[in-house]
Amino acid sequence: MSDTATHDRSALDAPAAPTRPSRLERLRDSDLWYSFRSHPSAIFAAVLLGLVALTAFLAPLITPQNPYDLAALELWNAEIPPIWNAEGQWPYLLGTDTQGRDILSAILYGSRISLIIGSCSVLVALAVGLSLGLVAGYVGGWVDNVIMRVGDVLLSMPFILIAILITAIAAASLPPSLKDVLAAPILIFAIAVPSWVQYARTVRASAMVEARKEYVQAARLIRVKAWRIMLHHILPNCMTPIMVAATLNFGLAILSEATLSFLGVGMPPDQPSLGTLIRIGNQYLFSGLWWIVVFPSIQLCLIVLSVNMIGDWLRDALNPKLR
Amino acid sequence: MHIRNLLLATVAVAGLAGAAQAENTLKWGANRDIGSLDPYSYGDSFTINVLNHVYEGLVRYNKDLKIEPALATSWEILEDNVTWRFKLREGVTFHNGNPFTADDVVASLTRVSDDASPLKGNLPAYVSSKAVDDLTVDITLNGTYPLLLNDLTNIHIFDKEWMTEHDALKPTDIGAGVEGYATYNANGTGPFSVESRQPDAKTVFVKNPGWWDTPQHNLDRIELLPVTSAATRVAALLSGEINFTNDAPVQDLPRLEAAPNVSVLEGVDLRTVMIGFPFRDKLTTGADNPFKDVKAREALYKAIDLDLIHQKVMRGKSRIAGATVAPPIPGYAPELDTVPGFDPEAAKALLAEVGVPEGLEFEFNCLSDGLVNEEQFCQAIASMWSRIGLKPKLDVAPRAVQTPKRTGGKTDIYILGWATLPMLDAYSPLLQIFHTKEGNSGVFNWGDWSFPELDKLVDAAGSELDLDKRIALETEALGIVKKEHIMVPLHQQPMAWAVTDEVSEMPLFPDNKPRLWFAQVNPGS
Amino acid sequence: MIAFLLKRAANAAFVMLAVALLAFVIFRFFGDPVEMMVNEQATQADRAELRERLGLNDGLVTQYTRFVTNAVQGDFGISYRNQQDVMVLIKERFPATLELVLVATVISLVVGIPLGVITAVHRNSRLANVLQLGSIVGVSLPSFVVGILLILAFSVSLGWLPGFGRGETVNIGWWSTGFLTPSGRAALILPSISLSTFQVTLVMRLVRAEMLETLRTDYVKFARARGVPTARVQWRHALRNCLMPVITLTGMQIGNLIAFALVTETVFQWPGMGMLFIQAVTFVDIPVMAAYLMIVSFIFVALNTAVDITYAWVDPRLRDDTARAGGANG
Repeated sequence: MSDTATHDRSALDAPAAPTRPSRLERLRDSDLWYSFRSHPSAIFAAVLLGLVALTAFLAPLITPQNPYDLAALELWNAEIPPIWNAEGQWPYLLGTDTQGRDILSAILYGSRISLIIGSCSVLVALAVGLSLGLVAGYVGGWVDNVIMRVGDVLLSMPFILIAILITAIAAASLPPSLKDVLAAPILIFAIAVPSWVQYARTVRASAMVEARKEYVQAARLIRVKAWRIMLHHILPNCMTPIMVAATLNFGLAILSEATLSFLGVGMPPDQPSLGTLIRIGNQYLFSGLWWIVVFPSIQLCLIVLSVNMIGDWLRDALNPKLR
Repeated sequence: MHIRNLLLATVAVAGLAGAAQAENTLKWGANRDIGSLDPYSYGDSFTINVLNHVYEGLVRYNKDLKIEPALATSWEILEDNVTWRFKLREGVTFHNGNPFTADDVVASLTRVSDDASPLKGNLPAYVSSKAVDDLTVDITLNGTYPLLLNDLTNIHIFDKEWMTEHDALKPTDIGAGVEGYATYNANGTGPFSVESRQPDAKTVFVKNPGWWDTPQHNLDRIELLPVTSAATRVAALLSGEINFTNDAPVQDLPRLEAAPNVSVLEGVDLRTVMIGFPFRDKLTTGADNPFKDVKAREALYKAIDLDLIHQKVMRGKSRIAGATVAPPIPGYAPELDTVPGFDPEAAKALLAEVGVPEGLEFEFNCLSDGLVNEEQFCQAIASMWSRIGLKPKLDVAPRAVQTPKRTGGKTDIYILGWATLPMLDAYSPLLQIFHTKEGNSGVFNWGDWSFPELDKLVDAAGSELDLDKRIALETEALGIVKKEHIMVPLHQQPMAWAVTDEVSEMPLFPDNKPRLWFAQVNPGS
Repeated sequence: MIAFLLKRAANAAFVMLAVALLAFVIFRFFGDPVEMMVNEQATQADRAELRERLGLNDGLVTQYTRFVTNAVQGDFGISYRNQQDVMVLIKERFPATLELVLVATVISLVVGIPLGVITAVHRNSRLANVLQLGSIVGVSLPSFVVGILLILAFSVSLGWLPGFGRGETVNIGWWSTGFLTPSGRAALILPSISLSTFQVTLVMRLVRAEMLETLRTDYVKFARARGVPTARVQWRHALRNCLMPVITLTGMQIGNLIAFALVTETVFQWPGMGMLFIQAVTFVDIPVMAAYLMIVSFIFVALNTAVDITYAWVDPRLRDDTARAGGANG
């Protein structure tokens, strides 16, 4: 933390280091592909995740009902059990909830929300973390200090606590008309805020090492613009840990969204995500309406499981020690 | 060695606690905790209800919800018509042994009518009180007022010496930044005293052996265990971790009834669930407010399929209501208890007639911790209104979050349940809800309406000492509420209590308040 | 060493001041305290008077200083909801949460370490693969789903274990413990299993990774070559070598577990700090929210600082120049 740009400059006359050809990257990529093909669990997870994503994004086309359209809900159709039950009814394959919402439709729409919130929060955290990390590592000085101190403070509060506080405060201070529209963006923000620090730290460390290397110094000497140096040289070199972290964080973000919604500070009941569905279904656990809670739970676990399996494989595949 | 001794000592204590289990214990799983041990610092029916086991009023409701003497034995209205003289019961002592006297009554009434007291609205006509002698109190009102006894049922009497000793003569003031002694400690005259309290976990009441009345209960101990999750409460009852709950979820009643060791007590609550409309010029969105027109209010009423909500959401356990008070409440009249047929087409036509634009947005404010299945019927109503071309924005949140919005006029349409407690008379909603907002009147008039002819009737009823005349005035006023659709009633909500077979006697009251001094358990439970 | 200690302490103090600023901002700007305190019948004059009395008209710096000064003395004000001293409320709930977290930690070590060793030692065996897969499932199961399933199975269907609350507790001073009564111990089982699921897999994976590295080192190979029984090498010598990182992780995770316990506490109606916090969130009880944030962050920072200091003590290289110049030897 005490390293600053002054250290970087002192490294100007360090001995030459061999530059890395970008072909190496491609080779590693093909290694990756080979490793992927030889890991049945990774293939399984990827297929599963692909299926979930596909059905989730095609949801408006393939579901019998738009579960978010209040006018489409018919209370007469409430609490229908799954289709294989004697009282099941077409087209409600997995039954309906207490409002007459088709569970399958709600699950697919809910998965869409989970995937969108998960990926957007990772992307936002990545964008913020990478740029702040690069700036901190490259510029150094007080800029570095401020960024990293803010990061320290964020890391000194448990992740889930920050997310709850942000969503709770937003819920308490926004007018209800905006709450519906902003529910998802708030969750994305709430999950991204505590997680950018990890990326920033990784990139900063890597940027500080790279910045001392000759090729960067050379680029500086020939006055190539700073952002180009960063993007073209530093970034690819620290991509491996970032990719693994991002994948695992994607799973964590989906879990966080579900947890917040389960606690009642996430998605509202008229736009249920998987966590909201589980929260609602939990109230009916003993009334025989098990399908409201069971199917969304299964879907949630499957999504997170497949993401984590991919993340796990990626970590092993990219970690030379374990090969 | 020291620690070892300490451990042994505590194990012995634990052993004693185990022995205490052999007493007659009622383990009451409630859906929430009481807010405080101080009934005057937390104006909410449930807290007052629970603390009624510890504190008592001058009068009380009997098993048939008729008023009977309690700490006062008799009363009369003096010649000026505004002063009531109460004779107090002799030989009553507080849990700490102090005798009960007229000074205690005066100090308690002063405390509850303090400006900082959230309960001062429960004693609207009170002006002052004075001790005539040790066992006689005069209470002066601001005019002739027929309902003082009803009000006094829920005004608990504290011990003056105890309050003086612990600096609790005034209600707890959060602004002062110190907690009140009475928030954590209690000293009443009631059938039970507080043994211990851990907020949100457990409050233990034990039998008061020195109670002035002959106990009809056989309880030694009541444990109040807040279990907020409905599902967990059901599980706890089935597994015997609790043996009584005053809130069995309606959706779980079939399962509870099927269980061999559980019985369900069902009834219809006096609480009438109503929809309130805004009468302000603009909606919260800034658009013109069409609901000032009675036809728009009627349209929204007709768009609601009351029967469907009754069957699906309330599982056939509610009572569909046409009047804004329940049948047992004085002031109710059967001719007011009619519902319009569910007719979405007529509703659409009415909206068109008033000129309500298609897709009009408005806020619909519901509580997540309010009435029975409130979140579900609010969603259902929102869906029914969407189908006549409106865009209700459903806003569901806990009471603490919604109340400021409601009182501050920062929402549009809202749900309110009113049981006329503690008065058990139609005067209660007429004064507190339907009257124009001024002074102590219209405190719950959240839509800012004003109907001068209704106000006149309510004011007249408020000073009419003749029972029949008063009720006629009240019925007439309720007629205006009905005609104008100021608020539209949905149903009287169901109430369901459940007990395990350890409990042999548990009378169910239509005001949905457990009165455990009438409860019996099988010995040794 | 002293300079290093001072530096770490200053660092921690800075972080806590920043957290306090955040808590203060929440406290001051969200959910107007006056609105939350007055009752429905209050007039505008009542509100203005209360505002003045609460010092809400003072300068922001004055208010922040007062907030921090009070917080350091453990005074976070009065809960809007319970009208009780916030610190007293939290102190009452703290034992419940800490006992839950401790039991969950013990479970995670007792289960996680052997599983980690087995998966490392029998790498690529069927058992190891199953356990490995199980560990992924473990991190993928949301803890509230685990909790719901446990209640459904052991509390509702089988009726073996209680599904809510702490059971009977015994007070030792102000500390209320559930360890000393049968019902208290039974009540701990399901919640602590639910809370430890994630932690078990974390420990297991860490032990596996560390073991795999240790087993590759020369001294292990050498020991085996010398004929020390394999199991003994693996379970005694190699394992001992990976315990330091496990202990570090466990120490640092305690803060996280305390925070994450709020989910478990909600599911099991466990009367701990987390449930208090969630209730405060739904009631917008700002003093409790601010106090909880400060206290959990304090525990978090204190644990992290302690771990850093321990490491520096064990391995002097981790101290920076000034500390080294100070010539600490312990």
